[in-house]
Amino acid sequence: MKALTGAYAIAEAMRQIEPDVVAAYPITPQTPIVEQFAKFVANGVVRTKMIRVESEHSAMSACIGACAAGARAMTATSSAGLALMWEMLGVASGLRLPIVMAVANRALSAPINIHCDHSDSMGARDHGWIQIYSENAQEAYDNFIMAVKIAEHRDVMLPVMVMQDGFITSHGVQNVTLLEDNIVGDFVGSYEPPYTLLDTKNPVTFGSIQLQDFYFETKRQQEHAMETAKSVIKEVADEFWHVSKRRYGYFERYKLEDAEAVIVTMSSTAGTTKAVIDRMRARGKKVGLLKIRVFRPFPYKEIAAALKDTSYIGVLDRSMSYGAYPPLYTEIRNALYSLTSRPKVQSYVFGLGGREITENEIENVFNELLEGELTESMKYIGCRGEE
Amino acid sequence: MNFKEMVEKKERFVSGHGACAGCPIGIIVRNVLAAIEDDVVVACATGCMEVTTTIYPYTAWKVPWIHSAFENAASTMSGIVAAYEVLKEKGKINRDIRFIAFGGDGGTYDIGLQALSGAWERGHRFLYICYDNEAYMNTGNQRSGATPYGAETTTAPYGRVEAGKMEFRKNLTQIAAAHNIPYVAQASIANLPDLHNKVKKAIASDGPSFINIFSPCVLNWGYAPHKTVEISKLAVETRFWPIYEVENGKYRINYKPAKPLPIEEFLKTQRRFRYMLKEENKWMVEKLQNHINEEWEKLLKLEEISKEG
Repeated sequence: MKALTGAYAIAEAMRQIEPDVVAAYPITPQTPIVEQFAKFVANGVVRTKMIRVESEHSAMSACIGACAAGARAMTATSSAGLALMWEMLGVASGLRLPIVMAVANRALSAPINIHCDHSDSMGARDHGWIQIYSENAQEAYDNFIMAVKIAEHRDVMLPVMVMQDGFITSHGVQNVTLLEDNIVGDFVGSYEPPYTLLDTKNPVTFGSIQLQDFYFETKRQQEHAMETAKSVIKEVADEFWHVSKRRYGYFERYKLEDAEAVIVTMSSTAGTTKAVIDRMRARGKKVGLLKIRVFRPFPYKEIAAALKDTSYIGVLDRSMSYGAYPPLYTEIRNALYSLTSRPKVQSYVFGLGGREITENEIENVFNELLEGELTESMKYIGCRGEE
Repeated sequence: MNFKEMVEKKERFVSGHGACAGCPIGIIVRNVLAAIEDDVVVACATGCMEVTTTIYPYTAWKVPWIHSAFENAASTMSGIVAAYEVLKEKGKINRDIRFIAFGGDGGTYDIGLQALSGAWERGHRFLYICYDNEAYMNTGNQRSGATPYGAETTTAPYGRVEAGKMEFRKNLTQIAAAHNIPYVAQASIANLPDLHNKVKKAIASDGPSFINIFSPCVLNWGYAPHKTVEISKLAVETRFWPIYEVENGKYRINYKPAKPLPIEEFLKTQRRFRYMLKEENKWMVEKLQNHINEEWEKLLKLEEISKEG
């Protein structure tokens, strides 16, 4: 076990995976990931070509070129960097290139803010990337290693982004159990794509123009790959359990079985919620947590099954969809629609721009839920001017 | 390999594509690829070349080819070259491959300049070729940073208070040279042996190289399709498009017209300059001629300094 920040844990995973190409651009709070990895490159610890690009747009573009050339390619970013990549995210998934990217979640401008919320990656949720969220440094490390195997699976061939909360996880020091280097190497294996640009004897045209006659089918195939990814994510988690003895599902259930009131949330706030649950359970309150790990593909059926017996659900979103319900709440409501007897669901928005959420605030949410005080409007936790 | 052998080589870019009659894109690609003996990988920016040659499920390219977006041919290629180098070191690739990125002037002078500048500064070994048709032609003739003074475009049209583009084009070839990369050149399809030599020098350079090729557009410059080479020649003879190279910092003008033609000879062949040639707009022609003369004098001085050093 090692005391590591979430950022350093990702850099360690990258060292062990030893990608062929890393193209990255600095942005807070992602920067310590690539700074640490750059040290590995500078010291010859890894045989990776590192491209210190002049923007995140070029970081993703270079990953696209490298991956199409048959290299295992990675990058990391946050906030505005992810927003600048926006155009290229869809190219990476549309060209079916299994690029893996670490995201340290950070609020989007304006106002400019360097602290954590999920508006960056939630803004990218419909770009054909698999999205996995991590509660802590250990999960970030584990998810990042699994991401390689999920992305490169021949029936998937989709890019994966692995999220951790900016500063809270990326800069917080936690105990992380690392796998042995050779175990990670064997687990991820080597990248052997069926077509590459460097196979000059079998020239292939990547990224041709498709119009009314073919575009639709290509995009439909992308959705098929996402459906396949769902089972592959499970298979890879099973394989990972064999080497790590750490078990991962689409989501984590925490004291959910008999819970009357359930919070659904993701990333570091799930950890705080667990502490509140323990405290309230000690007082006999039947409360529980469903922590989302895989947001794309979204496990609707499994979530409906997991939440069908609960009465009250509070969904805690760390981002907004202005003029509509926030993203996680929308998906949870959607998942519950298939049930004949549906639990009531309340939307809560919290933590924008790194605003702290306290145990007491989470306990208040549980109390509201237990008292059946659910509405159709959004509630805001810790925001001044809200009653 | 001499020039004759080169042009008789097996084609790596084939017919059936959808470029307009008289478009120089086919001439440029065929001649560039013919000048290279090694295996080649091509990246293309969004634009006429990409759109006309790869309409799925067809492709005109018999070499590996990628298009990823408009502004990033250079950064996409940076990734490809890095992949090539590391996979070669790791023994997964064991032959020599050369790399070429193509972009139009929109993808090169304007939206792709940052990515290109970054790639030059980082020193990735590939040849970037700009086919410069002096406006956004794929979207129907909008003004770019390469559009010459006085030319009519749909976004800088002739009106009562404006007469086409009122600014001089940026000098991208000089911007490239300022990156101190091993090889930079301007070339023309009116002089194919010169273009061949330049491609060979560029490809042999141990680092980034850049060739800016004058690329007339039948449709939006407004001339008959059989005049493409003639207009290219006039651009050189009027010194509107000098053909020169900057090899390891040394300038050489590859062709100096003995009797340079006045710029009107070039302008009058194209519809885009028709308002400029009206009597009341003669001052614009003079302004352009003066600019061309000044630029030529600067180029001569750069060549002179190169001889001294």
